[in-house]
Amino acid sequence: MAHAKESFISKYIFSFDHKMIGKQYFTLAMIMGFIGGILAVLIRLQLGFPSQPWPFLENLFPVGMASGIMTPEFYVSLFTMHGTIMVFFLLSLLPVSGFGNFLIPLQIGARDMAFPFLNMLSFWTVVPGAIIIIISFFVEGGAAASGWTAYPPLSAIRSAIPGSGAGQTLWLVGMIFFVASFTMGGLNFVVTILNLRTKGLRLMRMPLTTWAQFVVGILGLLSFPALAAGAILLTFDRSLGTSFFLPAGIFIGDTLMPHEGGTPLLWQHLFWFLGHPEVYIIMLPAMGFTSDVLATFCRRPIFGYRSMVYAIMAIGTLSFLVWGHHMFVSGMSPFLGSLFVVTTLAIAIPSAVKAFNWLFTIAKAKIRFTTAALFALAVVSLFVTGGLTGIFLGTNATDIQLHDTYFVVGHFHFIMAGAGLFGAFAAVYFWYPKMFGRKLNERIGKIHFWITFVAYYAVFFPMHYLGVAGMMRRIYDPNVYEYLQPLQPVNLFITISAFVLFAGQLLFLWNYFVSMRRGETATGNPWDAAGLEWSTPAKPGHGNWEGDIPEVHRWPYDYSRPDRKRDFVGQWES
Amino acid sequence: MTAAVSGAMADRRQVNRLGLLVGLGGITMLFAAFTSAYIVRSGGADWVALELPPILWLNTVLIALSSGTLEAARRAFRAGRLASFRSWSAATAALGTGFLAGQYAGWLQLNEAGVFLQSHPKSSFFFVLTGVHGVHLVAGVIALLALFGLAATGRLVPGRSDAPALTAIYWHFTGGLWLYLLAVLSLLG
Ligand code: HEM
Ligand SMILES: [Cu+2]
Repeated sequence: MAHAKESFISKYIFSFDHKMIGKQYFTLAMIMGFIGGILAVLIRLQLGFPSQPWPFLENLFPVGMASGIMTPEFYVSLFTMHGTIMVFFLLSLLPVSGFGNFLIPLQIGARDMAFPFLNMLSFWTVVPGAIIIIISFFVEGGAAASGWTAYPPLSAIRSAIPGSGAGQTLWLVGMIFFVASFTMGGLNFVVTILNLRTKGLRLMRMPLTTWAQFVVGILGLLSFPALAAGAILLTFDRSLGTSFFLPAGIFIGDTLMPHEGGTPLLWQHLFWFLGHPEVYIIMLPAMGFTSDVLATFCRRPIFGYRSMVYAIMAIGTLSFLVWGHHMFVSGMSPFLGSLFVVTTLAIAIPSAVKAFNWLFTIAKAKIRFTTAALFALAVVSLFVTGGLTGIFLGTNATDIQLHDTYFVVGHFHFIMAGAGLFGAFAAVYFWYPKMFGRKLNERIGKIHFWITFVAYYAVFFPMHYLGVAGMMRRIYDPNVYEYLQPLQPVNLFITISAFVLFAGQLLFLWNYFVSMRRGETATGNPWDAAGLEWSTPAKPGHGNWEGDIPEVHRWPYDYSRPDRKRDFVGQWES
Repeated sequence: MTAAVSGAMADRRQVNRLGLLVGLGGITMLFAAFTSAYIVRSGGADWVALELPPILWLNTVLIALSSGTLEAARRAFRAGRLASFRSWSAATAALGTGFLAGQYAGWLQLNEAGVFLQSHPKSSFFFVLTGVHGVHLVAGVIALLALFGLAATGRLVPGRSDAPALTAIYWHFTGGLWLYLLAVLSLLG
């Protein structure tokens, strides 16, 4: 399998090697995440210091920050693009496309993904998508401004607001590239996992990370087409005069729009049929990473492996039955609403199973507090915090009060953004040695962890309070409402914490790039971990194993067996 | 899938086939989403019925025939009769192209009757559904032409290549999809 000589282009650009493709996704996602982070900082800048001039920013955004003061239109574009970039281009690309590609063949004992060419193609399909999304900031009218959810009519009528024009068009085009790429990737995941497992690797011996990626592949394949359908219909409404989503009687300025009879709710259904599974596309890999990392550093078998697998499946299935909880206030029938309450709260059961299994794994363990372990422990914390607030949002009676307030922003930054982000960090610190043959610096890593963890809570925890106090989400300047003015100190505190949070990530970037060349060199199995991926050489070449692919004899969590001398038994050992 | 399926034994054929089936699952979801949008929208007050252009029935016959000719092509390939395979796959591509032309003629007939994309929701759905289906069929025609080209230049080896069988699955799927869409368009709303 190993190729003797590869040109630069076939090795680094149009590589077929799943590990290189994984790293390519990784790099792209980090760039996008960095941009998304800057957008978050700008959002917080406005909320912490409403409408203050920052003259130097005028150079970068001459229209949006004319004379240094943020315009409301620009603010709207900022949160729209922040959400879009973070959800799709950071937290779907990095844990799923990045780590999925990198890890699946290593964890199941395959030389590569089932369709290496398709894999390469899917990466080069998402790149133009990302570029288009970024470029959209600089077109006439600025970037899309209808929220990451792209609700019509703002997203459907080109003249509605500045961002509804070229910016929204580019948003749609960029997302179509993303969807095409992501579904190709999902197809590859599913087929690879079903067909290319090495001898002895029964499904019920797979690491939970791979289990998660498997279910994520299925979720992507089943849910993204709904978004594609919605995007196609929306494009027709925007450009060809149809009325799928647009009702009669919409005025833009003084002009009556020609549309008739459409319903914006239709878009909400299509969008959230994707949107809710999408949050599990972000969550499930983070849960998988957490399980693998915790087991390794607690030196314990993961508690309740089978129930973990069934919980992943249950969450995946239920995620298709709950989308209506985003629409409680849309005027849906209260009866239907109650059904969605039931399905939503049912997800609490498999979620609690996961949380308790982690706690039982941790309980009384002698934890090795590596950076990866700390981030994994933080996932458990964030997951519980976000899960508890989810109960209030998933119940229609309470959601009617909390909907579209900062309570929601707090909630989803814990459960989705937070767990996703911290899970990704746990994974990076854990698998970095396999990616680059060196370790990340642990001392810097721990500083990075504590800044991130404390600042994260400082940013997002007070948002629950803001929401209960009535501060609405997506608001440009809360101070126009007298009753919100007393909350300004809280907003200032959040903004300063957000700056700290962002600065902490620079530490990570530094660590990431410097360690690549100067980090402590790692052996093939630096953590004494039992998963199959650790049986490869420190820097596996194309084809992964030098000799034959090892046979698998056991599950990946064989730690601290009383009958063995060493405290772990690798999956590849008989 | 059971434990018996393992990397060492997994055969390329099975991998490709599963990949195709999973991909078809995605396409199915796309049309399922369109269908649910169609049903929701058909409850609107402005929904009016649409007289489907009669040529659609002819098109349906064409595409049904094309599934037959492709089956013949697939069998010929399996039996190693490459010349016969070439003619049957060419016939299939021709029937598929005929179908596409017929669909386009259907659009023109509607336009002549004064029905356009924007006219009313059902007409909008008609154009969108036939259009998106047509795009999938174009992909099938391209695949057939590619097979024909490969066979003509001797690069398609019976017993080794699975491509004709895969193309056949895809083609039958798009044919079935058309029957489904026709049923939706004529029976629902
Ligand atoms: C770096 C730390 C982050 C900060 C300081 C931050 C801050 C914010 C703020 C202030 C908003 C605007 C809320 C509103 O007005 O409704 C927002 C929205 C949002 N954020 Fe973040 N965020 C961060 C990270 C993330 C991450 C990692 C994700 C990944 C999933 C994410 C996803 C979203 C989404 C989906 C929205 C909603 C956008 C919309 O309303 O259309 N954020 N964020
Ligand atoms: Cu949801």
